[in-house]
This record gives sequence, C-alpha cells and structure tokens, in this order.
Amino acid sequence: MNKFGFAISQGRQLNFDEMKSDKADRLLEVEPSYKWCIGCGGCTASCSAAGFTDFNIRRIHTAFIRGQYDGLEEKLRRCMLCGKCLLVCPRGVNTRSLIINMRRLLHD
Amino acid sequence: MKSISIIGAGPAGIEAATVLASQGITVHLFERTASPMKNVADKAFLFPNFAPATDIVEAMGKKLLNNNIVQHLDTDIVAIARQDGGWKLSDARGESHYTDIVIMATGYEPFDAHRKEELGYGIYSGVITSLEMEKMIRYQRVENSMGERPKRVVFLQCVGSRDEKSGNHYCSKVCCVTAVKQAIELKRQLPDVDAYIFYMDLRMWGQHFEELYRSSQQEYGVRFVRGRISEASGTFDGRVQIKAEDTLMGLPLKLTTDLLVLMVGMEASQGTRRLGSACGICGEYGFAQSVDPHLRDNFTAADGVFVCGACKRPMSINDVVNDGRSAALAVLECLGH
Repeated sequence: MNKFGFAISQGRQLNFDEMKSDKADRLLEVEPSYKWCIGCGGCTASCSAAGFTDFNIRRIHTAFIRGQYDGLEEKLRRCMLCGKCLLVCPRGVNTRSLIINMRRLLHD
Repeated sequence: MKSISIIGAGPAGIEAATVLASQGITVHLFERTASPMKNVADKAFLFPNFAPATDIVEAMGKKLLNNNIVQHLDTDIVAIARQDGGWKLSDARGESHYTDIVIMATGYEPFDAHRKEELGYGIYSGVITSLEMEKMIRYQRVENSMGERPKRVVFLQCVGSRDEKSGNHYCSKVCCVTAVKQAIELKRQLPDVDAYIFYMDLRMWGQHFEELYRSSQQEYGVRFVRGRISEASGTFDGRVQIKAEDTLMGLPLKLTTDLLVLMVGMEASQGTRRLGSACGICGEYGFAQSVDPHLRDNFTAADGVFVCGACKRPMSINDVVNDGRSAALAVLECLGH
C-alpha cells in the first residue's frame, strides 16, 4: 500500500451530506429554545469553567448540533451547572437544560 | 379646509410640515422640547458621508421659516382623543388643540443602558453609551474616566437590541454603522488609540456602509472581534475589564480597556407609546403601527392619523426624512390634492 511513500489522508471537512443528526434532532425536540442560538459566544464568555479548562459550551453545542459527538461526553462533565450562561444569553436559550439534555442524549 | 397637526419636530415632522406648507397648507407643528431636531443636534457627524450634524440641523431649521408652519415649541402633547370627527390634542399645560388630521412623528428614545447591569453602565465610569461617545467626538474631548487620553476604546454592539433579556428582539439597524463611524472618527482624532468593535453580526445594509466598514479596517486599523461581551468589571486603576468569547478562535477572552462604549439601540419614545395607545395604533414594542409596511406605510387604522419616522421602527436620518415627505403626500392624497 505504501509503495509510493505516502498515504491518502481521511477528509477533514465536515460532511454535511452524511451528517448524523439523530441526537441533534432529539435535542431540539426536548430543548427547542436552542433553535434561536446565533452563536454569539456570550455563554462561553460568562462560563466559570471556560477560563480554566477547555470546556467551551458554544463549541460543544455547535459540535453536537453538527452531529460531531466524539469526546463531548467527557467535556460536558466539566460544567458545574451554575447557570451564568443562562443569565447572559441574548436569545433566551435555556443553556442549562441544553447541557443536561446533551449529557442525557450522549449517554443513551 | 381641514386642519393639520404634526406631533414632533424632528427630521420626519419638519419634512412633512415643509411639504404640506409648500402646497399652501397651514400646519401646526408641536414639539415637546424647546428646540427642533434635538436628537440630531447631539450628533457630531452623520454616516456614511460624515456630514456635520450641524449642517443638517441648520438646513432643517431653515425649512421651518415658512409662514404656513405654525410652531408650538415646549408643547408636550400628552393625550389624544377623538372629538367631533377630528382629534383633540392635550398638552402638558392642560391646553387643548383641535385638529382634523394628525401626523405622528414622535420618534424614538435611546435604550437605557442601566438596564443591562452586567455591562456596568452607571457603576464604572469607564463605561459610556454611544451617545456620550458622540458628544466626546463632537467636542473633541475623548477622555477616560480620569480625564486622560484613552489608549484603548472598545465598542459593543447590540446593547438593548436583539436581546431577549431586555425584551427587544428587534435589530436597531443604525448601531452597526454608527460604531464603525465613531471608531473612524476616534482614530482621526486619536490615531494611536486601539479601537475594537465587538459584534454578533455586522449589518452594513445601506449604501456606502460596507465601504465604510472596509475603510475602518484598511485605513484606520479598527479591529473587529466576533463575540458578545457578557460582563464588564472595574479594575483598580479605573479601567474596565471585559469578558467575551472570541468565537472565531473558539476561546474565551478578557481585555482591559479605558473606555467601553455601549451601542444603545432605539426604543419607542414615551410620546410614541402614549399617543399610539390612545388612538389604538400601538404596535410591537410600543412602536406606532402603520396599515401595511409595503403599500400604506404612513396610514394607520385610526381615521385621520398618519405616522412617519422612527416612531414606527428604528430608522436612519435619511430614511426618516424621506418618510416624513411620504407622510405629507399621504395626507395630500387624503385631502384630494
């Protein structure tokens, strides 16, 4: 296989044609307020955990909705559910419920 | 001949009055404050061409020198009620004015930044509003809370707009380009200052707005960060520390600044809410409601009541002037001219 001294890499781009959306669809069903998210990052900015760990709630929920579930379960454990993100969200997304539901859906 | 009253002597009201007066029609123009064009008079320059606001105020002031326009300054119309097929307007002094036709040009009010407590307005002196920045630019006195030349200024978009928490879901439309304009003016006055604009989306909807945005980057080095500032706190040396996410990096950020400028949105003015409710045309968020946004945008469901300008929705000055003109034409149509 390696006859020519190089390998063919896996594509790194998000493949929207083959996106897994089962859990993402469920998430929107149980927490429909997430549909209003505009990705402003207010949640991450206010987050008590984000300044000290690689917990970035906006990236996590964006990854989740894009069907990229790998590694999220472990990351989501860092949230202390303090709810500050809920206070600052300009769209009124119930971010706390979002986190709880993402944890639940990843576990299912 | 039917009598016509215009409430509000801002650009919309004055333009409407001018058009009607030019047709030989007498109009009564009521203004709450002692001088017309008050909101515009507080500005330094207007986007997108940096026209001095004083030029616009002067030009509009000249239009008022018309014998067909009867000005009632310092006359706050606090109530409107149906009477004998027309309308009775009552002012704050308790006097009544009778009219057949009313043009509401009661305008907007800036969002009160105290309501976003987490942004520190009224708590830390380094946090100011876009109106205060406009005045600093106008009088060439951009200073931090200690009266010194600032080294860094941060503008934050969407304060009181697109915000569930303050109850305003709508976009105020003018703040995006205003921040870009102010950042350019700031860099012209203080070329060494670091200027940042924090935004969720930049909406450069008008002619030359996009070019202004480009020039702010290219010629003035204004820096743009996509992220909403979630909170501001004071530092021991009188500056302000802000927290946001740099969403394009995917990392939370902190930044210390001499001034944090909150780009406050537009809300329906008290007069707009009060008069709109009294004649049954109070729409979403307290703005006055026209019959149809496309075809009959100056007509209302109340007989003989017309609307124009920022009492309907956030609007830029040039749109407001055109809308005042358009309301006058709607009245002429109604009078059978």
